[in-house]
Amino acid sequence: MTKHFFGDTATLLGRSLRHITRSADTIITTTITPIAMMLMFVYVFGGAINTGSDSYVNYLLPGILLITIASGIAYTALRLYMDMKSGIFERFQSMPIARSSLLWAHVLTSLVANLISLVVVTLIALLIGFRSPAGLPAWLAVAGILILFTLALTWLAVIPGLSAKSADGAGAFSYPLIFLPFLSSAFVPTDTMPGPVRAFADHQPVTAIVNAIRDLFTQQPVGTDIWIALAWCVGILVIAWIFAMHTYRRTIS
Amino acid sequence: MTAHQVQSPAIHVQGLQKSYKEVRVLRGVDFAVARGSIFALLGSNGAGKTTAVKILSTLLKADGGTASVLGFDVATQAADVRESISLTGQFAAVDEILSGRENLVLVARLRHLKDPGGIADDLLERFSLTDAGTRKVATYSGGMRRRLDIAMSLIGDPPVIFLDEPTTGLDPQARIEVWQAVKQLAAQGTTVLLTTQYLDEAEQLADRIAILHEGRIIVNGTLAELKQLLPPAKVEYIKKQPTLEDVFLTLVGGNGKDGHDRTIGTDA
Repeated sequence: MTKHFFGDTATLLGRSLRHITRSADTIITTTITPIAMMLMFVYVFGGAINTGSDSYVNYLLPGILLITIASGIAYTALRLYMDMKSGIFERFQSMPIARSSLLWAHVLTSLVANLISLVVVTLIALLIGFRSPAGLPAWLAVAGILILFTLALTWLAVIPGLSAKSADGAGAFSYPLIFLPFLSSAFVPTDTMPGPVRAFADHQPVTAIVNAIRDLFTQQPVGTDIWIALAWCVGILVIAWIFAMHTYRRTIS
Repeated sequence: MTAHQVQSPAIHVQGLQKSYKEVRVLRGVDFAVARGSIFALLGSNGAGKTTAVKILSTLLKADGGTASVLGFDVATQAADVRESISLTGQFAAVDEILSGRENLVLVARLRHLKDPGGIADDLLERFSLTDAGTRKVATYSGGMRRRLDIAMSLIGDPPVIFLDEPTTGLDPQARIEVWQAVKQLAAQGTTVLLTTQYLDEAEQLADRIAILHEGRIIVNGTLAELKQLLPPAKVEYIKKQPTLEDVFLTLVGGNGKDGHDRTIGTDA
């Protein structure tokens, strides 16, 4: 039935996008946490943080964008879980449709929802003084990294979405992801951290991705950071995809 | 279609086995369902009814035995089976956030039919949901939800329909509505396999009844045949009392007829 794969995926994508437009609260919830964090760090803590850059919001935005994605994919897992729980998943699986199209519809919905959140957060950042001399190619490169990161975390979210026993369980995995940026260069430069913490911070994916985005925004040479960032994104994407497909096949057999 | 296929049963199950870890849910289940008939799989909770339906609708793989629908093997010709069937699961599988009409249009699109909107409007009318068609399903009552669920299963006129406990959790009125829908289906020539834990439901609807107990079919026959298993009926004269269900349905205007306010006179 693969001849209908694209048509079926488009139909099911339309369905989940309608869910998002009807329950705007998911977009609000996923953007409000990162926006509140951004405002707090810029207007409360930011004055006391010495990052070596002239504007703290310029320093902060890349990390906030990653937190936006981390909180957004909790809803990807939740939407998938709800479909499993309500029996809709089984109904679709017993119909003559391209079977994987439901999974792909959820993945694409996650991408669209997160892109909307990212645009909203970026607009707020521009309002409170974020400025970048970067041209179109640099912005496109940033968008590319963020899309890759969203896809990587989305496939990660598919695993609890398919296998969770409760709605809370489906979303819980995203909390550690939201805190990962705190142990990175997202809020403060890592060189003030004590040895072991700094060693962790310097070698975890968020630092590499944040540094690469920051360099692109500030028109600095991106150096090896961008390759490390891309390697992390692709690595997480591939491993999460393998485990997600394994979970999926176990679910449908 | 060959002459052989026309005469063969719509559903054929032989030696079906399924275990979940240590628990042997199905221990060699055999039955056949004739085309155009209503077949009830009767059993208590946990008897394995849902497991059998899931295997037949290609959602689960059996550990042993064979099962076929319209001659297609559920394991090796799953795609052909899915073309021929429709599943109404134990819980109404409807999209709460969409409207009733949108649910129907969605299924019609996924079945690649022409004029999904027209199909949706027809079904809304057939299942008395036209007025509620544009409302979110989240606002529907249990009976309306079940009716929409069954309506979604009819899209594309699948020749075989599985109904897994279609009336569990419904009030008596909604139950009768569902029964009427099932009878209508069979009248059109659709083969219906339904599972139920209600004896009266099997008695009301089914041409044949099979009792699934501890993973095996312990009896399989028509209602009359099943009744003959017990000693012949003794004639006793008892005063016919209305059941509470009769009273309830009379008061609220059941049996699908329009309800009017009734008052019971003390002299009645």
